[in-house]
Amino acid sequence: MRSLPTLKNVDRERRLFQQRIVVACVAMVLLTGVILARLVWLQMINHDHFTTLSHENRLKIVPLPPPRGLIYSRDGVVLAENRPSFSLTVVPENAGDVAAAVAELRTLLDISDEEIEQFMRQLRITRRFENLTLKTDLSPEDVAVFSVNRYRFPGFNIEAGLSRHYPLGESMAHVVGYVGRISETDLKTIDQSNYSATTHIGKIGVEKAREDLLHGQVGYQRVEVNAQGRILRVVERTPPVPGVDLYLTVDARLQAEAIAALDGRKGAIVMLDAATGGILVFVSNPAFDPNAFVNGVSRARYRAWSTSSDRPLFNRALQGQYPPGSTIKPLVALAGLQYGVRTPERTTWCPGWYSLPGDSHRYRDWLKGGHGNVNLKLSIAHSCDVYYYDLARDLGIRRLHDMLVRFGLGEITGVDIPGEAAGLVPSPAWKRRVRKLPWYPGETLIAGIGQGFMLTTPLQLAYATSVIANRGEALIPHFLDQFEGGAEATEPVSPEIYRRPGVSLADPHYWDAAIEGMDEVVNGPTGTARRSGAGAKVRFAGKTGTAQVFGIAQGVDAKDQEVPEHLQDHALFIAFAPVDQPQIAIAVIVENGGGGSRTAAPIARTLIDSYFRDLPVPQSGSDG
Amino acid sequence: MDRTSNILFRFHIDLPLFGGVVVMCALGLVVLYSASDQSLDVVLKQVARILIGFTVMIAVAQVPPRRLARWAPALYVVGLVLLGLVLIVGIGRGAQRWLDFGVLRFQPSELMKLAVPLTVAGFLADKVLPPSLRTLVIALVLALLPAAMIIEQPDLGTAILVATSGLFVLFFAGISWRFIRNSTILALAAAPLAWFSMHDYQRRRVLTLFDPGQDPLGAGYHIIQSTIAVGSGGVYGKGWLNGTQSHLEFLPERATDFIFAVYCEEFGLIGVAVMLIAYAMIIVRGIQIALDAQEMFGRLIAASLVLTLFIYLFVNMGMVTGQLPVVGVPLPMVSYGGTSLVTILAGFGILMSVQTHRKFIAET
Repeated sequence: MRSLPTLKNVDRERRLFQQRIVVACVAMVLLTGVILARLVWLQMINHDHFTTLSHENRLKIVPLPPPRGLIYSRDGVVLAENRPSFSLTVVPENAGDVAAAVAELRTLLDISDEEIEQFMRQLRITRRFENLTLKTDLSPEDVAVFSVNRYRFPGFNIEAGLSRHYPLGESMAHVVGYVGRISETDLKTIDQSNYSATTHIGKIGVEKAREDLLHGQVGYQRVEVNAQGRILRVVERTPPVPGVDLYLTVDARLQAEAIAALDGRKGAIVMLDAATGGILVFVSNPAFDPNAFVNGVSRARYRAWSTSSDRPLFNRALQGQYPPGSTIKPLVALAGLQYGVRTPERTTWCPGWYSLPGDSHRYRDWLKGGHGNVNLKLSIAHSCDVYYYDLARDLGIRRLHDMLVRFGLGEITGVDIPGEAAGLVPSPAWKRRVRKLPWYPGETLIAGIGQGFMLTTPLQLAYATSVIANRGEALIPHFLDQFEGGAEATEPVSPEIYRRPGVSLADPHYWDAAIEGMDEVVNGPTGTARRSGAGAKVRFAGKTGTAQVFGIAQGVDAKDQEVPEHLQDHALFIAFAPVDQPQIAIAVIVENGGGGSRTAAPIARTLIDSYFRDLPVPQSGSDG
Repeated sequence: MDRTSNILFRFHIDLPLFGGVVVMCALGLVVLYSASDQSLDVVLKQVARILIGFTVMIAVAQVPPRRLARWAPALYVVGLVLLGLVLIVGIGRGAQRWLDFGVLRFQPSELMKLAVPLTVAGFLADKVLPPSLRTLVIALVLALLPAAMIIEQPDLGTAILVATSGLFVLFFAGISWRFIRNSTILALAAAPLAWFSMHDYQRRRVLTLFDPGQDPLGAGYHIIQSTIAVGSGGVYGKGWLNGTQSHLEFLPERATDFIFAVYCEEFGLIGVAVMLIAYAMIIVRGIQIALDAQEMFGRLIAASLVLTLFIYLFVNMGMVTGQLPVVGVPLPMVSYGGTSLVTILAGFGILMSVQTHRKFIAET
């Protein structure tokens, strides 16, 4: 292209080079300035900000769960404890093909379909780097088998923890209740920071009612972690405050004997310490194994329990509402005395039936031929219905209602476990409000013998019995005896906090009249429960009752009919012992057990004997 | 004193440069000890590499610049062949960068970091400068061809560094500002084209540079953690071996590309100043050598190597402090790793060769 080759000018080239060096140097200085400016910005101006970020990076606060308080019975038996337990967990991110690993694990360990299903559900909704539980409560053998094969399962771990356990199982299920995993609903009611390390919470029973005492205070440790979240060092530690240990009023030995006495029949038994209101026995049969709920009950098992006609999950003693039947007759008698419509001596003629004036309907007595002339004491001893039809008519439903309510019927007793049923003492006001119907006079008569609309729980009956036994003094039934641990040392719960306004009568001798009647039931030659009273270690008083399940048509003798078992009457019995210095009050109900004297009273007798077995026999009065 | 410098001169060792390199390598080992979680094993391995590097450096220094210029084209061709091999059979983590010779794993792109400037400088040294258009085009092809092959591996960072080392020679050879300006405009216009030819991970790196927060656990994690390390170091630093970001494994690649973050965290702004002074000693001496060089080849190669070294520093520090994308450029003489260290030290060997093979005409 070019005609002449350009000559190389060495000096010019050198000057040009030197110029470029100057340019390069300036550029280098400028760029270094940029880097330095950035470093000043990072290390001087924003140093504090980045220091904070770096602390947040490395320091994590890990909450520590407090060990849950233990629960003991009155006689020192552990009802709820924390057992070391091992669970198999996995961080999916580290496990590779989780499904394959789980399938492989099933060849080694016994993992149920249910557990797999639950795990797979969780796997879908949790994040990959979060710890998931595959199986809880591994046996020591499982732990050993897994540990040997562990190298095959990266990401899987055995985690040790504490798991709630109920050594007595079914027997205390309806008292102690159980804990379960914290649910969405629970989250709304708890202090979430205090529960940040806790996985389980009381769901029913004492476990729920005393959650505040049992739980304790969460602890914290500040740990240094690396980028993988592995804990390298504990910087500081605030230990958790363990939950408080509870001592209940329930007696494990008596509870077991009460269950044995029921002999597999459905029913409920409540025994109260008359002096304190403490609940000694609280049986609802059949029951369930509370341990099944701790780590999630299997669906099949839950379905079996919840659909069974025996209703094992149902707390009969607390929530079962039964017509009290004749067991309320002593209370009605007391109302008659208090309102001056009866004296202990006044008799009523019982022909075996009763009719309201101007009405042909015959209200029958349970004894077809009638009881003849009965006074107050015999009316209780023989459980004469006619006496109480007549008395109820004289009292009127309002006064009857008022007296029964003063004995705690128709309202919750305030027992210290949740879910109590209130029962029902009917009144014209109630009927108008709920049934939108007027009150009929005949309904007053029926109420007088504890039938009709009236409903009571076994706990209410035991409570009302204790009020009679204490001649009007009232103590709220409760389970909590004392607690230990926490901030205070032993804290005996004073019985005074359970005292509430009782029943005061115009004349204290009215109590004697009612109690003499109940004494006659058991110890009189013609009492309805005389067979149960014979040979008892201590003299006790009681009242039988029968709650109708199946209405029998007018003019038909019930004894002539074959009634299927589930339609047979419920047998009831209330009692207190000893007669003159009462220490315990009992209510027994046997579902479909027939008459109270036949099935319920013997159970009460057994328990009374059992209670006084190891105690010095209280000196009874002059009679004997 | 005289005798020592005589001996050093006979072995073609430039004392100021040598001193600077020794200081820098020592500083590097101190940082590496901390960055490797006090692994003496890692440090000893690095010491071995430094010794190999020094051997190579001194060996290269023995070769006169003219001979280096003569050998350069052969080196260049070998480099091209190896790059081709890498594309066909190479091994690497995610990218094909390495050739495995059994005992030695070798990254041919490292060889090109020296072969390209040597070849371009040798080509231009005899030409009339500033270069004619024809010369310029040939020189550009020489500089960009290997870079194009390295992009294919794909290794964007090294490709850019190899290309710039060649382009710097052109810059020092005096190509006109007009040309520089026009080609810059052209390059900017072609940027969208480059964007579409990029790999996903490269695009992500560019994107995260502008907004590291958008993917804090993914691509942005490096930048976030490294700025936290640098910023939390403050003026005085957390102290040697006390960098929490580094030792608790929040900082990725902390012994290699991100070792500067460890240094900043533990030694602070004052430490950074010390390190920059050490580097400045080397760079200033390099520029002196370039200015003192008697022949154009010596000037061009010396100046371009010095500027390339600076670019390494700038890119690495810019990356660690979150100003530049994460491109995978080691911090010279400090980052853990063999090939790049040997390349850098061989470059210093070239500088020493330029300095110590001068003819003393008209010595006064």
